Amino acid sequence: MMTLLKKELVDYFTSVRFIILLVLTLLVTALALHAAYATIRTQDTSDFVFLNLFTCSEEALPQLLNLPTIIALFFMPFVGITLGFDAVNSERNNGTLSLLMAQPIYRDSIINAKFLASLFIVALTATISMLLISGIGLRMIGVPPSSEEFIRLFIYLISIIIYGAFWVGLSILFSVVFRWVGTSLMSALALWLFFGLFYIFMLAPMLANMISPLPDNATEAMQAANSLTSGTLLRLSPNYLFLEASTVLLLPLVRTLGVITTGAYNYMIPNPLSLGQSMLLVWPHLVVMISLTAVCFGVSYVMFMRQEIRS
Amino acid sequence: MGNSEKRTGKTIVETKDLTKRYDRTTVVDHLNLRITENEVFGLLGPNGAGKTTTMLMLLGLTEPTEGHARIFGFDTTREPLKVKRITGYLPEKVGFYENMTARENLKFIAELNNISESESGPLIDQMLATVGLTEKADQAVGKFSRGMKQRLGIADVLVKRPKLAFLDEPTAGLDPDGIIQIIDLISKLPDTGTTVVFSSHRLYEVQRVCDSIGIMSKGKMVIQGSLDDLSRKALSEGRFKIEVEIEAPSPQLSGIIGRISGVRKVDAVGNTFHISADADLRSEIAKVIVQNNVPLIQMKIRDFSLDDVYMKYFHEGPEK
Repeated sequence: MMTLLKKELVDYFTSVRFIILLVLTLLVTALALHAAYATIRTQDTSDFVFLNLFTCSEEALPQLLNLPTIIALFFMPFVGITLGFDAVNSERNNGTLSLLMAQPIYRDSIINAKFLASLFIVALTATISMLLISGIGLRMIGVPPSSEEFIRLFIYLISIIIYGAFWVGLSILFSVVFRWVGTSLMSALALWLFFGLFYIFMLAPMLANMISPLPDNATEAMQAANSLTSGTLLRLSPNYLFLEASTVLLLPLVRTLGVITTGAYNYMIPNPLSLGQSMLLVWPHLVVMISLTAVCFGVSYVMFMRQEIRS
Repeated sequence: MGNSEKRTGKTIVETKDLTKRYDRTTVVDHLNLRITENEVFGLLGPNGAGKTTTMLMLLGLTEPTEGHARIFGFDTTREPLKVKRITGYLPEKVGFYENMTARENLKFIAELNNISESESGPLIDQMLATVGLTEKADQAVGKFSRGMKQRLGIADVLVKRPKLAFLDEPTAGLDPDGIIQIIDLISKLPDTGTTVVFSSHRLYEVQRVCDSIGIMSKGKMVIQGSLDDLSRKALSEGRFKIEVEIEAPSPQLSGIIGRISGVRKVDAVGNTFHISADADLRSEIAKVIVQNNVPLIQMKIRDFSLDDVYMKYFHEGPEK
């Protein structure tokens, strides 16, 4: 399997798509740094200054344009789909799958190598981005990260990789299911657009309003019910799931993901959550993302193992 | 024609009731096949006869629905890796990593077969020379013609030094020069200790290179054996067809020719006698015609062709 993994990595590093991903990574990094440069000095924050580097968004730009949102809605889905959409069907169409299968290797080592190589590239792009933001940001603000910030950033990096792995797994699944590269690409893109945009911004709020209506004279209980329904529905989107996890990890002041009544809010002490408490909040999100990745890859694996090799 | 004398008689491929069904369609139907070492075995049949599926089952790339196959004693379903270590496969639609050079493609295959770099370097050079691609060794395969890819495909099969090579329609889509080159390459493989199973529906290619053949139709093996045996069986009326055109054919002359030793059958069609014979009896036939004072216009002879064997068994169905 190491030979296959090595070849997959060499293929990625020498391909145009890797250069595109690298350019995109640098653009995302530049955007985050630009937002930090423009806003971080004006913000009234004494704690977790370093984490602000990753969450700032410039006021002139829409709120969507901050690093966690870009990574959740655009960057990682794009990276994952780019790496996996033609993983298996291109081999099949080029006639190289039967060539590989005729060699004394286990069949699953082909799909395993493809997944691992893609995962490595996901980890690489995420790490490059994080290191660049950290390095340049450190020079910009002159405040080193505390140990807790460092750990939070590390866990955030891991969660990005898990999230990227989900998109890789999903696109590999499409490349196994669909014979034609165009079809698998379009299907993955369609799912990305659905969950990343239509579902979060249109469908989930609409469904929430249908299930828990909000009349003009809505009571606090009705508003809470609507908010709860909306949150539950939104969490069906992997993009939103990751976005919520990112928010909790990077903004320790976020104390809950549930509904807070005005009364309860008035009694809350505005202290940041400890790392352990934040982890308790995001743990289900991480587990669900890992499970989704496992399901996507597992289904791809089983289907690939049962498919006919004939080209 | 292949070299029958090379055969050692040791059976290296053996199938018993090998069957493959997709849903309700039976693609290969209780196939019983035996292939001996160091021969070129031609798997013949029209498109959809089950040739490729048979090869895939023999390679352990697809599981049979029923029956089993053994390659050098290894069960293809239970020991596919052992089978793959000793076999090479050239698919009909041969594919390579087009961004890689010919040498890099072969090196990758060598690595997958655990051939060390020190060993694979000279081996790859040798294989590239064998298939005539030394000068193109460092060119990206994407720029190769179909013929060059087929030749590289054969190098790809040989680089692992297989005991048994499966070549599925290796000449499909090639120009006449390309076909000749590939056929020459295949005919030399048994000299290097590689038994070849070669599928095609181009009969003249098979006749040129194969020692024995199997004809498949609708998933069944219609007949299998050496070309000589099959031609004798198929052409029981005689191996040679002699056409004699004379001025005045008569039943009496037909009878006289029919009594010549070695003549199996005489049919008169117009001014022509169609004679089936065991040997080239043109001089004896000419002598008889001249002795009977019948003017001889022309005489043609035709040796048996695989077409005759193929058409007979393909149309008549499985041997009873």
